[in-house]
Amino acid sequence: MYDIEHYYKAHSVSDAVQRLSENPDARLIAGGTDVLVQLHHMSKKYRDLVDIHGLPELGGITQLDDGTIRIGSGSTFTQIIESPLVRQHIPSLALAVSNIAGPQIRNVATIGGNICNGANCADSAPISIVLGARMEIATLDGVRFTPLESFYTGPGKVALAHDEIAVAFHFNQADYLDIGASFYKYAMRGAMDISTINCAAACRLDEGRFTMLRLAYGVAAPTPIRAKAAEAAALGKPLNHETLGAIRDAVVQDVAPRTSWRASKEFRMQIIRTLAERVVAEAARNAGGTLA
Amino acid sequence: MNMTPIQCTINGQAREFQVDPRTSLLELLRSQGLTSVKQACAVGECGACTVLIDGTPIDTCIYLAVWANGKTIRSAEGEVRDGVISSVQQAYVDTGAVQCGFCTPGLVMTTTALVEKYRGQQLCRDTIRRELAGNLCRCTGYEKVIDAVLASVDNKPGCNGQGGCGRCEDE
Repeated sequence: MYDIEHYYKAHSVSDAVQRLSENPDARLIAGGTDVLVQLHHMSKKYRDLVDIHGLPELGGITQLDDGTIRIGSGSTFTQIIESPLVRQHIPSLALAVSNIAGPQIRNVATIGGNICNGANCADSAPISIVLGARMEIATLDGVRFTPLESFYTGPGKVALAHDEIAVAFHFNQADYLDIGASFYKYAMRGAMDISTINCAAACRLDEGRFTMLRLAYGVAAPTPIRAKAAEAAALGKPLNHETLGAIRDAVVQDVAPRTSWRASKEFRMQIIRTLAERVVAEAARNAGGTLA
Repeated sequence: MNMTPIQCTINGQAREFQVDPRTSLLELLRSQGLTSVKQACAVGECGACTVLIDGTPIDTCIYLAVWANGKTIRSAEGEVRDGVISSVQQAYVDTGAVQCGFCTPGLVMTTTALVEKYRGQQLCRDTIRRELAGNLCRCTGYEKVIDAVLASVDNKPGCNGQGGCGRCEDE
């Protein structure tokens, strides 16, 4: 039995927001694949729970009138992987989240939880950042939007007030149309493992030259990050090995990997440099480019 | 803590419970005598506690019992009909995929969902490995388990389990 002191089943998003606003110690539980593991390890941080598991308001993957793909924060990774809309318009997101944990976890764990718990290794974060995702957040005063890129503020910290709930992720058509995107997760095992480094890229090419590149990493810094020096090294340059080499060399300025029991700083830097080349090349191929 | 009423179907039987919200589904099912649902890691790594909820494999060790309200649950016990084990269970016996047996009920349930999901479709060893990645076995080395899954599939056109079906990543 879990050491839960207070349990409240929320009836709606506004009910959950209200409950959070009244209880400074209350925490949300959705899929439960992080929170219940924390409770199993006797964490004291999750003893007052507001349960939003399976709330219909947080589910659903739809296309809005302007072409935006809207993914409810309570969508499980399996629902994202199997969504025809995701597969058609943002297949790189389906690819990325199919690397998370194993099937049983993907059947329950939510993208909202993966993003909002602030882990710098979240496999859904780098790909969502390069796809320009915006978050729809419910507050006491209504809804606000924020770019995912500025959502991570520090190690384990996100720009979400205590009484706010991430409701959905929006992927604008302008950001996914005519792009090539790619994702790679480097881990010690093919499943049930935390990323040593993960990397996502999205780009556009015009006559074989990069007109846009977004490159993002997880575990390369205290939070998921954009690699803007590497991106700048590509802009206007032709798709060839020299440009890929320049991206690989520039990325060193963007990252600050750490040594942990999982991997050394030096090893992580090697992976970061290698993936800069490999993931950007794959994104460029997906954008219709041919590597000279 | 206030008890919460839930209704669910377990192995074909409609059931009602008053559950403490602190209870995991694993604990609820085992308290009902369904001891095929094993607790091993208790943190969603090993899959020994896998059951099907509305046809989907779930780790019950990190799933609150109250979430089972309105759901249909299948455990390995329910796969035995009139004393006859299911074709998946029989395949595990026939291929020698059972050694100590602790992980077997979870593997049987994941396999059951996999066989139903891929019915009439091609299935190969790489797909099976990916689909069973959430079930750990410390005895078999998995080869016999994959043999059992292939033996459970009645229809595998164009796939002999040795590659060539187009699903295998290594091709």
